[in-house]
Amino acid sequence: MIQAIDILVLALLACTAVSVVRMRSLWAAVMLTGIYSFLGAGWMLVLDAPDVAFTEASVGAGIATILMLSTLALTSTEMKRPAASPVFPLLIVGVTGAALCYGTLDMPHFGDPNSPIHQHVAPEYLKDAVPTVHQKELKVGIGNIVTTVLASYRGYDTLGETVVIFTAGLGVLLLLQGPRKAGGSDGREEGAP
Amino acid sequence: MFVTAVAAIIVTMSLALLRATLGPTVFDRILALNVFGTKTVLLIAVMGFLTGRPDFLDLALLYALLNFIGVIAVLRFSKYGHFADPELGR
Repeated sequence: MIQAIDILVLALLACTAVSVVRMRSLWAAVMLTGIYSFLGAGWMLVLDAPDVAFTEASVGAGIATILMLSTLALTSTEMKRPAASPVFPLLIVGVTGAALCYGTLDMPHFGDPNSPIHQHVAPEYLKDAVPTVHQKELKVGIGNIVTTVLASYRGYDTLGETVVIFTAGLGVLLLLQGPRKAGGSDGREEGAP
Repeated sequence: MFVTAVAAIIVTMSLALLRATLGPTVFDRILALNVFGTKTVLLIAVMGFLTGRPDFLDLALLYALLNFIGVIAVLRFSKYGHFADPELGR
């Protein structure tokens, strides 16, 4: 049953992606990417990943739509027809996709507890992060597994990610500010009493 | 019963997607986006009860808020062409 829902939602995702690619009106493409994000978030929730789903919904459907629309205010809203034929890039993408699909055949089944990713370091993390009867004093001392892994075991990784995201946000905001007007700092003070 | 509800929601989602793809005017597409957000909220809620773990209902609530604010932002943009305060632009 859940599998049928998965297949239907994934089919809708594929339909959305195809119509985003084929859409010439950029406004409609922005709306469709919002729909894509909602679908993706819903699907991640079906897969039991509510944190990823919530990030996808707030970033994809919320912030990204607004940022895209702000970009449309600076550019045109119609996409030009590409001059080159898309056959060769399509071939490359098709071959890469087929190779990736072939690669998934060797992967362990979804959610398999015996898969290598759940046997490598995860048991040790769980042992050190959860208080038990025998081990009251924790190695890390945070108590929440996700926070322990994110903020302690992968602390530098998380710091790097945060810096990258902050830089990207700063760059986007600076770009969207548009060309600076000559004279007034941003043109708003002129109208103020 | 929940299965029928999920099927109905997915059918409505496909119709909204069709409207967003075909929709001749901007407002058809905004409406399709809004309908799609609402259907996602409903899908999350019904899926929670279908799998017997309605723990993510608060997430559905947050999606509803996000959808509402997003549609207001898009509508405002379609009217003024920017996100700045329209009172300051005059």
